[in-house]
Amino acid sequence: MNEKYARITREGLWNNNVVFAQMLALCPTLAVTSSATNGLGMGLASTAVLLLSNIIISSVRQFVSAEVRIPVYIVLIATLVTLVDMSLNAWAHELYKVLGLFIALIVVNCAILGRAEAFASKNSVADAALDGLMMGIGFTLSLVVIGGVREVFGSGTLFANAHLLLGPAFSFLEMTIVPEYKGFLLMILPPGGFMVVGLLLAAKRVLDQRRAAREVVAVPEAAAS
Amino acid sequence: MNLEQLRGKLSYQGILLGGVALLTSAALAFASRATEADIKAAEAADLKQSLAQVLPGEYENDLLKDTVTLPGSRGDVLVYRGRRAGKVEAVVYRVIGNGYAGNIVCVMGVSREGKILGVRVISHKETPGLGDKIEPAKAKWIFDFDGKFLGDPPADKWAVKKDGGVFDQFAGATITPRGVVNAVKGGLEFFEGNKTQLLDEAGGVK
Repeated sequence: MNEKYARITREGLWNNNVVFAQMLALCPTLAVTSSATNGLGMGLASTAVLLLSNIIISSVRQFVSAEVRIPVYIVLIATLVTLVDMSLNAWAHELYKVLGLFIALIVVNCAILGRAEAFASKNSVADAALDGLMMGIGFTLSLVVIGGVREVFGSGTLFANAHLLLGPAFSFLEMTIVPEYKGFLLMILPPGGFMVVGLLLAAKRVLDQRRAAREVVAVPEAAAS
Repeated sequence: MNLEQLRGKLSYQGILLGGVALLTSAALAFASRATEADIKAAEAADLKQSLAQVLPGEYENDLLKDTVTLPGSRGDVLVYRGRRAGKVEAVVYRVIGNGYAGNIVCVMGVSREGKILGVRVISHKETPGLGDKIEPAKAKWIFDFDGKFLGDPPADKWAVKKDGGVFDQFAGATITPRGVVNAVKGGLEFFEGNKTQLLDEAGGVK
């Protein structure tokens, strides 16, 4: 049982990462990762929606017939996103002013539909919830890394304006990595996003290949763990 | 008949789709009603807050309720008025400038005498790192307008330095500040052109 949960966790965080393995959700990824803080905001909002949508879709999976599943999922997800959007706007307006842009973008995040189709519709509610959470965290981490790289090279800071997103208590996150930095505009603009995603993707592949090569040598140990 | 067989039927699928659509629309309608008032209140508070930035000081009336709409050079302009002792002491309205990448929407506050009380950029699509110095969070540039009026600087000096004016441009971005300066100048001309209506003195001295 634990083995299964560990596998779902590994899949979400690394092996089947939304951005770097499934290559899904690249549109919102490139659009919002001009800074680490924006990446974090988008990631957290997506995680919440992913978790909820996986739970809902997994719990109705017996009633949905295969022929009409896609429209049903889309309607459910779109409703969920709209509900989150409205309630944040009404009851957490300060947060909404920061996250509002991201929430509208989540509707076009194919990762949500992707997980509904590939996982939640075939697994139990608990498994689907864990999968949604882990996929969301993996997505958040990817966005923060991409945003962080672009921000450090582009404007010389890291987590700038984090207090707007997380509250004043988190202003310690805000760092100036390179003081008096004149900025490297390319990294902030969309082409920089493509470059960083490409380079990070290549780096992940190299890491995976090295690990695979090591595991071939150490097969007995891997089986024991 | 069990669920397995039922799921394959065409009528079941139609009913399922209809049912899901009905349920979700009901949920949305309910949520929309539940949140409407709170969203309106939050947005009004937001507007008030942004008005207060360009309109320092206390006014006796509710700015959001004392409005007048006048034709401007780029469509109708909604003007909010702040009063003291019944007299309009200051007005706030939107002006729109042509930026490097689309419109720059600003809100400006003007006193009874035609002096600028403050200018803020509400929305823009300028290049991050270059043109976005018009935001107060990024640079102090936008405060240069405070206290200025048509005459100080004189009309032909209401431009960026590159065009022979008095306002700074940014390194690598001239079009953005030029757009804002022109918009603010246009806003002051709008004030001068519509003074009697803006100050609510059409019937003479109140």
